[in-house]
Amino acid sequence: MNKFEPVIGLEIHIHLSTESKIFCSCSTKFGNSPNSLTCPICLGLPGVLPVLNKKAFHYAIKSSLALNCQVSESITFDRKNYYYPDLPKNYQISQYGTPVGRNGFLKIKNRSSNPVKINRVHMEEDAGKLIHDQNGKISFVDLNRTGIPLIEIVTEPDIYSPDEAYDFLQELKITILYLEIADCNMEEGSLRCDANISLRKAGDKKLGTKIELKNMNTFKGIRQALEYEIQRQTILLEEGEKVTHQTRLWDPLKQKTTSMRSKEDIHDYRYFPDPDLLTYEISNKMRNKFKDELPELPMAKRERFKKDYFLSEYDADLLVRDKFIASYFEETLKFHINPKAVCNFLTSDMVGVAHEKKIKLSNIKLTPKNCGKILNLVKEGLISIKTAKELLFDLLNYDIDPEKYIEEKNLKQMNETSEIKNVIETACKENSQAVTDYKNGKNSALKFLVGQVMRLTKGTANPAMVNKLLNEKLNKEEGK
Amino acid sequence: MQISKEIVSHTGHLARLHLSDDELELYSSQLNKILEYIEKLKKIDITNIAPTFNVLNLKNVLRVDTVRPSLTSEEALKNAPDKQDNFFVVPKVY
Repeated sequence: MNKFEPVIGLEIHIHLSTESKIFCSCSTKFGNSPNSLTCPICLGLPGVLPVLNKKAFHYAIKSSLALNCQVSESITFDRKNYYYPDLPKNYQISQYGTPVGRNGFLKIKNRSSNPVKINRVHMEEDAGKLIHDQNGKISFVDLNRTGIPLIEIVTEPDIYSPDEAYDFLQELKITILYLEIADCNMEEGSLRCDANISLRKAGDKKLGTKIELKNMNTFKGIRQALEYEIQRQTILLEEGEKVTHQTRLWDPLKQKTTSMRSKEDIHDYRYFPDPDLLTYEISNKMRNKFKDELPELPMAKRERFKKDYFLSEYDADLLVRDKFIASYFEETLKFHINPKAVCNFLTSDMVGVAHEKKIKLSNIKLTPKNCGKILNLVKEGLISIKTAKELLFDLLNYDIDPEKYIEEKNLKQMNETSEIKNVIETACKENSQAVTDYKNGKNSALKFLVGQVMRLTKGTANPAMVNKLLNEKLNKEEGK
Repeated sequence: MQISKEIVSHTGHLARLHLSDDELELYSSQLNKILEYIEKLKKIDITNIAPTFNVLNLKNVLRVDTVRPSLTSEEALKNAPDKQDNFFVVPKVY
């Protein structure tokens, strides 16, 4: 099965999160009614003049820098000519000869010393959306998306398994999210990915015939489509047949790819410089300014978290995956000393509660200071970890001091032996049958009694002490 | 380079234009005449001269990222030969 080695390259399109389109002032809003966000420029009417969106330009430079690219000193735009109703001009304004970034790389999991090479990062306008009538002979065209700014990121054929492709996309997405230049929402099509894959005999230098894969709507789908193609091509090659160059579409329901018989296979785009757009220079000063402004990127942050806070790869990854959680973690550490405790509290409890309450993480009102206080209360034995989770639930949306809150709500853990003994007495009196059962050898009755004590104390009694004292009491009486 | 009838036909196809034999003949001869002129230009020495993509001496012309009102769907679709439910309607394409 390992006779053949897959070689994969990816092409990723990402919507930049600007307010307006790349060459005109129409809104980039998603989900508007059809053809309600267009103007003469994005409709491609004659005689109009596109002017580049400053923010899109800057975002493209930032993404190139974050992907370790050489940034071009000056860039121009080219027309990519093709006849298809998703672009009414019959050409797409893109970049051919002078992409914003070239020769970059991105470190991914398990390949930190051999990062994935990136060929280029360029800017272009998105095309419109076509809806094909299933039965009839017509297609419906919505041009709202036409002209939304995109960056296209093209990797070298430098990915060698479906898992690596998946890891690359995860890392790329997190990196772009850290830059706060895009939302990378695949459901809304603001991140799309095509893949090229070929097989060659293990050890060969020369690449095999490549297949282009389209229509994958999730990262998982991309991994599955690649896995399917490896199987399909392996069978062909083992039977001595040839793989023919073609574009294939992934069908997520049938879990297979099918050939797209299309004249689009003829890549004859006749690129030429767009005379409507002038040259854009990127000075050293500008490049350095953007470079200095780059945030700490996920890979570096993960390494630092492992080193500075003695966290496992797994924990560091969970924290870093979300920029907000990563910074919340470090803020909380200013108030609570144990990184592992903070990590667990945030990545399992807080994320879970926020999800349950449908609160966006970045909208959480509980401050890192108060979050640290909750953990301190647990550490000092003043509240149980169960109460801590309840506090999270109650306080997530408020800036309330948890110390005061537990006073007011009487949530302090009951740690006094005498207090707990009193409650145990009450519980045993109220449930004399359970006491008798236990004495007759029914061990589960003990659990029941512990539960009753917890109920009477509204969960504040220290469970370990309840267990111990109850055991002592019942076994002592038995001994009489 | 000669512009053959095949090149004209292929280019026509890329633009989804159907060209008759007479038209192929006419356009290839016309395009060849244009290319002959380009051949003359090619004789000029242009080493050390950067290509002129644009004659305007302007650089970094950018717009601020602000939204301005778009056309209404009615206006956008006004010239469309066929429309339905605010969509442009075109022959089915794959």
